[in-house]
Amino acid sequence: MATTTTNGKRKIVINPVTRVEGHGKVTIHLDEAGKVQQARFHIIEFRGFERFAQGRFYWEAPTIVQRLCGICPVSHHLAASKAMDVIVGADKLTPTAEKMRRLMHYGQTYQSHALHFFHLASPDLLFGFDAPVEKRHVLAVLAAFPDVAKKAVLMRKYGQEVIKATAGKKVHGTGSIPGGMNKNLSIEERDALLKDADTMLAWAVEGLDLCKKTTLENAEMLLAFGSFPSNHLSIVREDGCLDLYDGKLRAKDADGGIIFDQVAPADYLDYIAEEVRPWSYMKFPYIKSLGKEDGWYRVGPLARINNCDFIDTPIAEKERQEFMALGNGKPINATMAYHWARMIELVHSAEKFKELLPDPDLQGTDLVVTGTRRDRGVAWIEAPRGTLFHHYEVNELDQITRANLIVSTTNNNEAMNRCVNVVARAHLEGKEEITDGLLNHIEVGIRAYDPCLSCATHALGQMRLHVQIIGPDGAVVDERIRG
Amino acid sequence: MVLGYGNPGRQDDGLGPAMAARLEALGLPGVTTDADYQLNVEDGADLAEYEAVVFVDASKTAPAPFTFERIAPATEITFTSHSVSPESVLAVAVEHFGRAPEAWVLGIRGYEFEFQEGLTPQAQANFDEAFSFIRSWIGTRRE
Repeated sequence: MATTTTNGKRKIVINPVTRVEGHGKVTIHLDEAGKVQQARFHIIEFRGFERFAQGRFYWEAPTIVQRLCGICPVSHHLAASKAMDVIVGADKLTPTAEKMRRLMHYGQTYQSHALHFFHLASPDLLFGFDAPVEKRHVLAVLAAFPDVAKKAVLMRKYGQEVIKATAGKKVHGTGSIPGGMNKNLSIEERDALLKDADTMLAWAVEGLDLCKKTTLENAEMLLAFGSFPSNHLSIVREDGCLDLYDGKLRAKDADGGIIFDQVAPADYLDYIAEEVRPWSYMKFPYIKSLGKEDGWYRVGPLARINNCDFIDTPIAEKERQEFMALGNGKPINATMAYHWARMIELVHSAEKFKELLPDPDLQGTDLVVTGTRRDRGVAWIEAPRGTLFHHYEVNELDQITRANLIVSTTNNNEAMNRCVNVVARAHLEGKEEITDGLLNHIEVGIRAYDPCLSCATHALGQMRLHVQIIGPDGAVVDERIRG
Repeated sequence: MVLGYGNPGRQDDGLGPAMAARLEALGLPGVTTDADYQLNVEDGADLAEYEAVVFVDASKTAPAPFTFERIAPATEITFTSHSVSPESVLAVAVEHFGRAPEAWVLGIRGYEFEFQEGLTPQAQANFDEAFSFIRSWIGTRRE
């Protein structure tokens, strides 16, 4: 943390945000009276991928997009594949291909959600927001709750094994291709995964119960923390069911009113626009019909559970109903409810393992379809962190001429900034001393959104951070680079 | 176990996976290789089964051509899921899977980390020297 004073205003920089994917920066501007004037969450975002994709052949996209992020490569792999399905005219995949992709996606969601809750969020919930730094990490969870933490490691391992069995390999998986898949699931792979599927579901339910119990025991504090009304955006199935792999776009307002529904991928630019703000590399998407001021929204587990009408797996549906009862049927707008919603999806993913793995379609050999070639492909997927848009245009030489990606964390950009403001005003205001515990409140709020700030490289000793302090006249007052 | 990690789609960040692939091609008896974008907590479960592990990563700061250091399980972890350190992975192995292997980090100096496949010439030269070293070192270990 660093504190600077410029023209009577103090600026507090918290950096890096620990236990968030990648790294980011929080700046809190205090006035002379010590009140929070403004708080911002800055994201050090990689840039240039869209330009990099230009000139590449379309069939390379599902593989090369995995360069974007070492944390959620499967989401990009599948989103690009779906967009390229449109390019090759594959309007309906074979049952084997679609089920293999879905299995891959549930594997990604399962391992990502397990990691986030047990290893990143649970210290906040189990030890409290004011816990000392030495307790705010997974080793403390390992020490205090060894059984839970060990199960979490094995749950993540299982999810990775699902990915390896479907994508072909862990690094730059190639399983999903335009029009389908290039592999099915062997009997050996199926049996290895089936053996532990019951256990994975049981452990997911245990995790959900732990999250629910902790949240309800501390409901007054947790559900008020970082709570603010918002719109919610996600894809849903045609019948309103939760669907993490495919569907049409739905947006609800803070009271549950439908803003739009069943928007097809190809039409997304009629409904969503992106605002550029000078202080952030990351854009701020918004719902066009509501405008920049009111059109921002949340995405991710909370938005998905709020938006869907039901879940097509029994345990997750029962849990969804219990969750939604908190808001008497209206959307839940509490930031910390993200964790509970995430755990419902963890259970849902495990239920889907059990549903999909015994399906003989996974051993089918009809893997790829094609149709009428198109020059524009737009697709989306519900990545663990939220809706992920991929949009490509391709010329007659099969080269990508334009790419536009809206990643989950970008969709949550304004919501995270609102959260930082709400939390800063509630928990830093008027304090004479800024403690680690207070600062952690800011991080807890951001962490709930599970932002992925990865720049996709992690070399030892690489530059992780570039900090600039800008004075009121726009000049750089101070500048620091941290490794 | 030789575990290389990094993103081959970001130039020299792919040094680790490249080393794992090169050693895998040799098919050395008693040597297992693996590669991933980054280290993960679940690697602790796998590594507990091995006698020794060499983590191979790209480094932006190591003196060229490479560094090779013995490491021990961490006693305190500053943890982000984006970047789990080798020491933290060993700590998970000890805490929950009973033991950690002897462990080293081979940090190969890299220079460029942009959206592009393939190593830079300087990194390739460092890689070749690191490969000769680690192959010889593995031979010594197996004697």
